[in-house]
Amino acid sequence: MKYAYYPGCSLDATGVEFDTSNKLVAKKMGFDLVEIPDWNCCGASSAHAVNHMLALALPARNLAIAEAEGFDTVAIPCAACFARCKTTAFEAQSSPETKAKISDIIEMDYQANIEILSFLDLLGKKIGLDKIKPHVIKPLTGLKIASYYGCLLVRPAKIAQSDDPENPMVMDNIMAVLGADPVEWGYKTECCGASHVMPVPKVGQQMIHDILKNAQINGAEAISTACPLCMINLDMRQKQLNAQLGTNFNIPIFHFTELVALSFGYSPKEIGLSKHFVSSENLIKDTLSTGARSDGA
Amino acid sequence: MKRIGVFICHCGSNIAATVDCAKVAEAAQAFPGVSFSSDYKYMCSEPGQEFIKDSIKKYDLNAIVVASCTPRMHEHTFRKTLANGGLNPYMFEMTNLREQCSWVHSDIEKATAKAIDLVRMSVAKVAKNEELFSSTIPMHKKALVIGAGIAGMQAALDIADAGHKVVLVDREPTIGGKMPMLDKTFPTMDCSACISTPKMVEVAQHPNIELMAYSEVVEINGFIGNFDVTIKTKAKYVDHAKCTGCGLCETKCPKKVPNEYDLGMGLRSCIYKPFAQAVPNKPVIDAQNCRKLVEGKCGVCAKVCPTGAIKYDDTESFTTDTFGAIVMATGYDLFKWEDVYGEYGYGKYPDVVTGLHFERMVNASGPTGGKLKRPSDGTTPKTVVFIKCVGSRDSAKGKSYCSRACCMYTAKHAHQFLDKTPDGNAYVFYMDVRTPGKGYDEFYESTLRDGAVYLRGRVSKIYQEGGKLIIKGEDSLIGKQVEVTADMVVLATAMVPSAGSRQLAQTVGFLPDLNGWYQEAHPKLRPVETPTAGVFLAGACQGPKDIPDSVAQAGAAAAKVCGLLSKSQLETNPMTAKTNTAICSGCGTCIPVCPYKAIQLESITERDHHGHRITRNVASVNNGLCQGCGACTVICRPGAIDLQGFKNDQILEEVDSLWM
Repeated sequence: MKYAYYPGCSLDATGVEFDTSNKLVAKKMGFDLVEIPDWNCCGASSAHAVNHMLALALPARNLAIAEAEGFDTVAIPCAACFARCKTTAFEAQSSPETKAKISDIIEMDYQANIEILSFLDLLGKKIGLDKIKPHVIKPLTGLKIASYYGCLLVRPAKIAQSDDPENPMVMDNIMAVLGADPVEWGYKTECCGASHVMPVPKVGQQMIHDILKNAQINGAEAISTACPLCMINLDMRQKQLNAQLGTNFNIPIFHFTELVALSFGYSPKEIGLSKHFVSSENLIKDTLSTGARSDGA
Repeated sequence: MKRIGVFICHCGSNIAATVDCAKVAEAAQAFPGVSFSSDYKYMCSEPGQEFIKDSIKKYDLNAIVVASCTPRMHEHTFRKTLANGGLNPYMFEMTNLREQCSWVHSDIEKATAKAIDLVRMSVAKVAKNEELFSSTIPMHKKALVIGAGIAGMQAALDIADAGHKVVLVDREPTIGGKMPMLDKTFPTMDCSACISTPKMVEVAQHPNIELMAYSEVVEINGFIGNFDVTIKTKAKYVDHAKCTGCGLCETKCPKKVPNEYDLGMGLRSCIYKPFAQAVPNKPVIDAQNCRKLVEGKCGVCAKVCPTGAIKYDDTESFTTDTFGAIVMATGYDLFKWEDVYGEYGYGKYPDVVTGLHFERMVNASGPTGGKLKRPSDGTTPKTVVFIKCVGSRDSAKGKSYCSRACCMYTAKHAHQFLDKTPDGNAYVFYMDVRTPGKGYDEFYESTLRDGAVYLRGRVSKIYQEGGKLIIKGEDSLIGKQVEVTADMVVLATAMVPSAGSRQLAQTVGFLPDLNGWYQEAHPKLRPVETPTAGVFLAGACQGPKDIPDSVAQAGAAAAKVCGLLSKSQLETNPMTAKTNTAICSGCGTCIPVCPYKAIQLESITERDHHGHRITRNVASVNNGLCQGCGACTVICRPGAIDLQGFKNDQILEEVDSLWM
């Protein structure tokens, strides 16, 4: 099976290990991710605040290329890119005039009929849990993991079309298939505050703090993410938080495909786990020595 | 030959200011068949009516057109005038010159021309009118009340007190409905059970009331005055004729299951009365859980029963009866918030409960003996958050309507909590506080004085954190997000029509409204009647209501029933559909379009043109059920069904007259 793949800017930079693990997982499961040729930035985080049509045209160009290449489905790992592409498709599908205007701007025919999936939905729903299961050779037995979806994968509900905007389960289900133990917690879909950390650090830090604290209270040993921005925000700032708020967070944060790849037998080094700020070395060592954890210890 | 009289009414200046009435009368003089035409200031007044009667005599008139207001206003008046003048009351047409002409136009010349056209149409129609005669149907002087909550009980008692027989049916093992589940009632704080259980006893003891608990109406045929009803009584597995209600069986039953009456918070045995003051005060066996009935083992209740009343081979039974009138009093259920409110946890947090749970908890006879306890760990909550409009006024997730009672019961809950917990904190998230009702706003004010904190805004999320519930919401009055750490959350969930009420409406023969509530015949002027003659509404089945409103409506429905039952026979409306069997093909298309279930296929035997006897089906209209809506006449392909008084040829004549 072949899917168009739109890595977006983050997976070329801060989220490079997300890209690596996606490709490792695809390779093991036997599907092809074909990077959209000559892709451009989706415009997330700035374009929609500047010019509405620009915000629609930027993702539309990538989608139109993928359509022209004959793909039915495009998989998008970054939640911000995903949200922008879904918004573009939604607006084009709701109004033929908008669609025509977009096509006019990008000087390409944008049909708005290519299926746009987050990488999470591609694995957890389109391809399916039963296709993941056979490849799990190093189960993450007993790893208490908080599945964190953030805001852009689930909101606005009618555009994102996730399994449930209030209590999504697709990542929890994947974690369960890997042998991990997804915890019940309250911050699955809260915003991570990534865009506040720079301009209003006090607000942004509090948002990160609340997420980490709730995960901790509910017994999570690690947090799994599906967005490069959430990932870096939760991972990179724990030390700073501890210094400023007097906390002692040391919670490993993962891209969810890193955990999939890990259970498929890839080594932390192949996946690139060493790029993380909070070390997961001990936790992984502990988890993968399955005997020690099978009784839930 | 028709000798038609035309009377143009000025309606004071209502019509005359915009329509030249004398000119219309003059024009009418020239219409075919018109023998006399005149105008007059108020046709409906006594001299106006006398004028019509005199004219009938003087000019030997045999059909009348009155051009005045809407027939809804005075058609009945003028029909009586005709009858008093010696004519058949259906030799009459009314032209609506007021609502459909003078009130909606300003140009006198054009309005007058239109008035002349309208009168011309009525003249054409009345020329084709035929004499119609009412028949009578007998009235069975017995009422059926479906649902024995506070509304049904009140209606049954009022009808029975007036001297009429009543059968009161309820599907639960006890009557009483939801009211005895409640602890106290707003705004006077009288004990709910103390005022409702005596009514239950009164119902049971009333010589004119036959109580059928644990029973359901399964079939209704017939029409006003003559409803043939089949009622199913579920298998009780206890012979209530032998049972003394001693309760020994309940104490010895070895299996306990969650008690529905306490919303699953307490336990009951498998042979049970829902609560101590249940009426009838005799148990039934829960066949889904009884060991004897499920596994064939046990039989303890039969062994201990001193009167041998246990009957494991009991079966459901059916009874049929005929009633003159029916009162629907099926009440409400609570909106299933767990299915849609993911932000409140889909019901997975045990300490997020509904208002009805709260009622059971603060009720001295409830599962916690009146002590407020957290379902999760049994501790006493110190901080409680109340959320209003859960499912109400929320068209995205629930219902667009307001459930009317929640603002008051939430104020009551906050008051009760603060009363029981002197150092407690009560927070109420609200959209609006709606307290219209006698003593209601004063009650709300007193809850504020008790110290309840009202926060205007919606709650966006509830989650658990270390045994506490975190409630995130907005205080829209200060424009800020707020967060409350609470021990318990009480949701004021929307009222929805009770389960199965839509199906019951179909059984009775009417359609509920958009939200499933039973539709009244007119929202202002016929609030307790339904579109089906002889069927009335009481209580929350018609829409969300609190107890005072339910009781008041029940009384109104009872008055209507008593009015009906005081007659020994009813005059029928002759303007009903009638089949021309010669051209009816028996296709039956008219049957599903009839909203009143008035049409059935009937087999007739006749000779065909060869002289052979043949039997075939034709549509047969029941005049008692038919309300004359005309839906069947439109759908009928051969044109075999015609509405008396609105026959196809009469209407065509009326329309054709415009172009002549």
